[in-house]
Amino acid sequence: MNFSESFKLSGLLCRFSPDGKYLASCVQYRLVVRDVKTLQILQLYTCLDQIQHIEWSADSLFILCAMYRRGLVQVWSLEQPEWHCKIDEGSAGLVASCWSPDGRHILNTTEFHLRITVWSLCTKSVSYIKYPKACQQGITFTRDGRYLALAERRDCRDYVSIFVCSDWQLLRHFDTDTQDLTGIEWAPNGCVLAAWDSCLEYKVLLYSLDGRLLSAYCAYEWSLGIKSVAWSPSSQFLAIGSYDGKVRLLNHVTWKMITEFGHPAAINNPKAVVYKEAEKIPELGLGHLSFPPPRAMAGALSTSESKYEIASGPVSLQTLKPVADRANPKMGVGMLAFSSDSYFLATRNDNVPNAVWIWDIQKLKLFVVLEHMSPVRTFQWDPQQPRLAICTGGSKVYLWSPAGCVSVQVPGEGDFPVLGLCWHLSGDSLALLSKDHFCLCFLETKEEVGTACGQRDGHA
Amino acid sequence: MGDWMTVTDPSLCTESKNLHQYTSETKMSPSSLYSQQVLCSSIPLSKNVHSVFSAFCTEENIEQSISYLDQELTTFGFPSLYEESKSKETKRELNIVAVLNCMNELLVLQRKNLLAQESVETQNLKLGSDMDHLQSCYAKLKEQLETSRREMIGLQERDRQLQCKNRNLHQLLKNEKDEVQKLQNIIASRATQYNHDMKRKEREYNKLKERLHQLVMNKKDKKIAMDVLNYVGRADGKRGSWRTDKTEARNEDEMYKLLLNDYECRQKQILTENAELKKVLQQMKKEMISLLSPQKKKPRERAEDGTGTAVISDIEDDLGELSRESAWGLSCDTVREQLTNSIRRQWRILKSHVEKLDNQVSKVHSEGLNDEDVISRQDHEEETEKLELEIQQCKEMIRAQQQLLQQLATTCDDDTTSLLRDCYLLEEKERLKEEWSLFKEQKKNFERERRSFTEAAIRLGLERKAFEEERASWLKQQFLNMTTFDHQNSENVKLFSAFSGSSDPDNLTVHSRPRQKKPHSVTNGAPACTSKLAKSLPASPSTSDICQTRSCVSEHRSSTNVLNIAPEETKANEIGRECTNQKWSVMSRPGSREGCYSGCSSTYTSSHLERDTLP
Repeated sequence: MNFSESFKLSGLLCRFSPDGKYLASCVQYRLVVRDVKTLQILQLYTCLDQIQHIEWSADSLFILCAMYRRGLVQVWSLEQPEWHCKIDEGSAGLVASCWSPDGRHILNTTEFHLRITVWSLCTKSVSYIKYPKACQQGITFTRDGRYLALAERRDCRDYVSIFVCSDWQLLRHFDTDTQDLTGIEWAPNGCVLAAWDSCLEYKVLLYSLDGRLLSAYCAYEWSLGIKSVAWSPSSQFLAIGSYDGKVRLLNHVTWKMITEFGHPAAINNPKAVVYKEAEKIPELGLGHLSFPPPRAMAGALSTSESKYEIASGPVSLQTLKPVADRANPKMGVGMLAFSSDSYFLATRNDNVPNAVWIWDIQKLKLFVVLEHMSPVRTFQWDPQQPRLAICTGGSKVYLWSPAGCVSVQVPGEGDFPVLGLCWHLSGDSLALLSKDHFCLCFLETKEEVGTACGQRDGHA
Repeated sequence: MGDWMTVTDPSLCTESKNLHQYTSETKMSPSSLYSQQVLCSSIPLSKNVHSVFSAFCTEENIEQSISYLDQELTTFGFPSLYEESKSKETKRELNIVAVLNCMNELLVLQRKNLLAQESVETQNLKLGSDMDHLQSCYAKLKEQLETSRREMIGLQERDRQLQCKNRNLHQLLKNEKDEVQKLQNIIASRATQYNHDMKRKEREYNKLKERLHQLVMNKKDKKIAMDVLNYVGRADGKRGSWRTDKTEARNEDEMYKLLLNDYECRQKQILTENAELKKVLQQMKKEMISLLSPQKKKPRERAEDGTGTAVISDIEDDLGELSRESAWGLSCDTVREQLTNSIRRQWRILKSHVEKLDNQVSKVHSEGLNDEDVISRQDHEEETEKLELEIQQCKEMIRAQQQLLQQLATTCDDDTTSLLRDCYLLEEKERLKEEWSLFKEQKKNFERERRSFTEAAIRLGLERKAFEEERASWLKQQFLNMTTFDHQNSENVKLFSAFSGSSDPDNLTVHSRPRQKKPHSVTNGAPACTSKLAKSLPASPSTSDICQTRSCVSEHRSSTNVLNIAPEETKANEIGRECTNQKWSVMSRPGSREGCYSGCSSTYTSSHLERDTLP
């Protein structure tokens, strides 16, 4: 595993282009585009203010930079550096900006969710969509980029509008039987739309593309409901994480629950492997010591390294007692992600923040639990193979694959607290983001990783 | 009290007596005298009895005391001390005999009384101890009763408290329930209120939004604009089209197309899955049928459980059905029920069969695998021995009969006797013939059984030989590798190690058997000897018996003489080794072997003699 040198970054704004060739990162009001292979700067764009959001267009030709404070969006072209585009939302303000899947339209949401403006880069035309709902996840495009589903609120009722992205024509408009719609999400095949209610009520509604209600699911009543939802890449399963600390899997044929995964703090399942992160005491063999100590070694010694150890027998994980009288209590399954091959599901229970549960979807059983020394910030699956990268805000990155797991110290001068990460399309490299720096982590080929993991595993 | 009396100081007693004496002296009343007497009787007769009597009767009052005694005695029912006088005037005379009688009687009485007293005293003692015991028991029981009563009271109290508590808890529960109900009502009302408020607020908010929208958007805000260098081409290279009804229709079409595609895709998936499942089912059914159909060829043992025949006929049906492959192609609706039923039935049979097999296996396992192996070998050898014995007996009998027949044939000279004997012979001949045929049959059976056994034994022997050879070769290899012995030496060593290495006596016999017995059986191949031998040497090791019999028989029957192939095949140079081998075996078990040999030789001679008499 190799690491690049670290580069400056602000606002955790670092994105790989969809074609995997470029890497865009922001430093204050500058946008830097690098070549992924050489990491050399290809383009440097200067925006009018500090950038708050960047997004690549789907064809990797354009990048939009949003400056919400100024209500501005600037678009840059990679092919024509001199080309520029500036969209000013004026007094209406701006809270969100995104590309349409065709990469030629930009959807800007104005302040107070008054409307969504659709700006075209091809024509002068501007379209407006009124009554968008201010919610967690109100805009969703199908994976093929054909349709847009939008959550709306009119006359105290929730609606969903489906637009055809090619000409922004309204295809379907229907009301949803929800108290307060919180999110909508297309299935990867683009034929089913999942809509879920606010956390006050456990309710998932599944709509067909033509607006028919396929099914409604409610696991329980009178308690806090859904916290997170994820479709499996095969569209076969819908995983619903809720405040009761369980994940429920719905199937795509009957839309009934197949199984539910509990997240108890005590694990006494003998078939599940529990890896516990443990501090590694550096072995100071006399043979290894040389004078003067090499730099890398000194660096490694200054920060504590860690490794995974297999915990045997019933294991109890560290739990957090949620504050019951505050809004958004830290409990329930708040993070869910299917691996790219749909074989594994990674979850995090927010009142056991240090642990990541990995479930085997083929067997519908708990497979592995990874417990770390500090709360898990985020995790992301390798887009190519079942490999999970985890960061906890410390200067380590954790990788898990079915062969085993490793904890890797990010080398370099000083501390590098990893706050975020994103995989390259090929799964060969990983961008590690800290508050003001980022670096790339290059992973070995599959065989090497397998053996390395195996060795680590055996060592543990 | 009696106890106390016996223990009292005698001096004290005498004092009291003296006191009485004085009183009696002074008063001289009969009553006091009597009391004194009674008192005296109670006192054990001690040395001062004499003094007492002397005190009672003095020289002066003899008459008086006699009369008093007479009076007293008569009142107690004794005969009078005086002689019966004829006349009242005459003075009554003292009857000495009566006095003596009375005294004797009194003494007897006294003794009796003493005895009675003693017994009463002991009884009293016993009763006293019993009483004590009972009293203690009583006390204990009383205590127990008290404690149990106390306990009961305690328990009652606790029960009461618990009941009280329970009642309280019930009350609390009820209160809580009420509370919950109330709270739920409150929540519901709050929820409705909240919803209502929310709606109101939202409406207001919407109004404000609308207003804001109008204000912000309709102002023709110059700022709201896109500043672009030049418009770029569409990603697909096409130009944007106008929105018309046509496009709308096309969009609809596309949407339905997409949906249809999705459904078709899913249907295909389901179809393939179904087909695969059907295939699996079909295969399973086939296998089941093939598994179950051999059972029907067996004698219908399975028919006993009623369903057996029906099932078999069903299987036949199914076989027929199976040939119609088209049935599988049909939608499942028509054949589903039939199919599932038949599968279920077959499955049940299979399950029961497997369970039966499981039971058998578990039974066999419980006996133990290793143990079982040993037993079978023993059984086998015993069985061969027995069979051979029987064969020998049969042969002997046949020979004896032949002999008899010949004797009969030679001795019948006399006409009359011959006639008689003829008829007798005819009869006997008939009988013999019958017996003969029976014997033949038996013999055949025996032979068949024997053959199977010998075959098994051969197989065993061959296997063992192969194993030994392998082992020998291995050892040889090892030895050759280890040392550079000369050929002769190494061979010997190999042999020794090969044999001595095995502690199993069976192992020993297998190898030593043919060589040991060969010379004997060659000298006299009479099969009778073996049976005799076996009988004569019941105490000798069974293995040697078996080996003898077996070798003899195998000598006798060259047709089945496969066992001896191994030794016969051995080359001439092995004979030398044979000797050493034999020697070794003798050395290893000298006692038993020698006994065996001596027994053998003796029987051989006897059998030889016997054989001479035979034709």
